[in-house]
Amino acid sequence: MNSSSKLPEVIRRNESDILADWVRQQVATGAAGGKIREGDAREQSRALLSAIREGIETGNVSDVMAPSWASAREFLTEMARNRARQGFTPIETATFVMSLKLPLFSRLRQEHLNDAAGLAADVWTATELIDKLALFSMEAFQKTREEVIVRQQQELMELSTPVVKLSEGILALPLIGSLDSARTQVVMESLLQQILATGADIAIIDITGVPTVDTLVAQHLLKTVAAARLMGADCIISGVRPQIAQTIVHLGVELGDVTTKATLADAFRVALRRNGLTIAKA
Amino acid sequence: MGEFLLVTIQVDMHDRLALQLQEDLTERIAATRASGVLIDISSLEMVDSFIGRMLGNIAGMSKVLGADTVVTGMQPSVAITLVELGLSLRGVRTALNVERGMALLRKSHEDGRHGGPG
Repeated sequence: MNSSSKLPEVIRRNESDILADWVRQQVATGAAGGKIREGDAREQSRALLSAIREGIETGNVSDVMAPSWASAREFLTEMARNRARQGFTPIETATFVMSLKLPLFSRLRQEHLNDAAGLAADVWTATELIDKLALFSMEAFQKTREEVIVRQQQELMELSTPVVKLSEGILALPLIGSLDSARTQVVMESLLQQILATGADIAIIDITGVPTVDTLVAQHLLKTVAAARLMGADCIISGVRPQIAQTIVHLGVELGDVTTKATLADAFRVALRRNGLTIAKA
Repeated sequence: MGEFLLVTIQVDMHDRLALQLQEDLTERIAATRASGVLIDISSLEMVDSFIGRMLGNIAGMSKVLGADTVVTGMQPSVAITLVELGLSLRGVRTALNVERGMALLRKSHEDGRHGGPG
């Protein structure tokens, strides 16, 4: 950091002018594709500028992770978060921070009328600082998007593992989509919970919606069957398509003594028979 | 319980306790000439590989002594742990609760010892 830097002083003295220029420029260039109102733009610009002034006041103009920049960081995180949720693009979000350069540089130019070296030094300091702030806001933006993705994944996972009761003592677990370890865990847990809750002694695992069965998926299925058996419930695997039957045999997957059926209907009939029930026409 | 022995595990099993149980149970089976043993583990919240193996061993021993063994009331978390540990307790019969376990024992007792699976 340059000790003769005029940057802190310039910002302190011209805060309202810079702000006015900045907002005018944002409105003129139609910043953020007109998704943000002028009042909001003004409010956000004012908050960011005053946070920057607060950070810069301490003389620290390079390290935005320092405690003196806490309020600027907080503001940027909040802003990026909101913009990510409102569907702003990353460019629009970063541009908001970056666009501070123009009004700030023109002020610096006025202050350093006859001092080219001082101007260059201050412009560099300011560029570095604003770039860092913009990158920080990008990171916050990205983080928010990732949180959304993680949440959706979880929701999808929960949505796609329903356990349904077909009859007294018979549960069905229609599996849809590919089966990985994380999903098997969720499937297994929800199935075992339901076995406990309903006191079912037969569970039908329907794999009609599972696109491929490789050795790993088969192992996951067998694990689920074994866990259910430990709790005292028998499992039937249904919905085995011809291709899947072929793959299972080609791969040499040993399904052991697990009952398998081609359709859920067949499996249901087997389950009823084991419980001593039959279906008859009324 | 008639010709059957009922064991409930109410506390967290530790290794010494498991060995003690194995000892006591085999003694009792031999002394009472029980034809069935029911081990209720519904209050067992945690298992490790040792306890898992002990459950399998106890079942195997009682079978050698001529008694059927049913493990009942296993918690989902315990079942998942055992499967992840690769202990699926082959040869041990399981039931959801004591009532069903008893029914299972009674049925196989009526069918003759080591009758087909309930």
